Amino acid sequence: MWIYEKKLQYPVKVSTCNPRLAKFLVEQYGGADGELAAALRYLNQRYTIPDKVIGLLTDIGTEEFAHLEMIATMIYKLTKDATPQQMRDAGLDAHYANHDSALFYHNADGVPFTAAYIQAKGDPIADLYEDIAAEEKARATYQWLIDMSDDPDLNDGLRFLREREIIHSLRFREAVEILKQERDQKVFF
Amino acid sequence: MKYVKSYVPYHSPFDPCPPIGKKYYRTPPHLYMTFQPYNLPQFSPQEALKKGTLWPALYDYYENPYDRRS
Repeated sequence: MWIYEKKLQYPVKVSTCNPRLAKFLVEQYGGADGELAAALRYLNQRYTIPDKVIGLLTDIGTEEFAHLEMIATMIYKLTKDATPQQMRDAGLDAHYANHDSALFYHNADGVPFTAAYIQAKGDPIADLYEDIAAEEKARATYQWLIDMSDDPDLNDGLRFLREREIIHSLRFREAVEILKQERDQKVFF
Repeated sequence: MKYVKSYVPYHSPFDPCPPIGKKYYRTPPHLYMTFQPYNLPQFSPQEALKKGTLWPALYDYYENPYDRRS
């Protein structure tokens, strides 16, 4: 069960009218390494992972939904007042034809989201290594988004999200160390 | 910058675009930690909420490393 707090994890501010950025940002919404994929991956894997790290997957999976909400807010703010003409000029013509300015789970190329993006192998190490890789890929995506965006307020939010990927990656790495069960052993040389 | 690495990709005299020069990639602080030690120094709660982490040792500010060519 979840408790919903009606506020964003981090304030989202967009200072320039640039609907083109929405086209890129949607990669983190419905892309292979996006927040939706992350949330669904962790909240599914947690059932079949050793109990010591279940809580970690629950916590991070939940936070990913908070990130998804931030990305959604960014995309919404960038597109909500755009005219059909502006949508077309921003390269969002195909999106407009299908969705108007509604959000949809697809990547920056318009490929719809699929469960094939995520895996649950049942092997705890295989699953955690996938999670680490997912966090690093999401971190890289945020870097490329920041590189392309010249909106300082939007970048502020993206930087926060990138930093969270770093922390999540470390937590998954720690989970691997916990499962290796060598942490309390003395090291002899 | 400790966590910014770079290399110079080969540029052929026949390449169509001017060379980008250095190509950058990041190796953020968590890669050097594996397991976070106890009792690391902390940001103030307000600062931590802004930065996205409680620990200066894990904070890695990101800025576009490339010149804007446009």
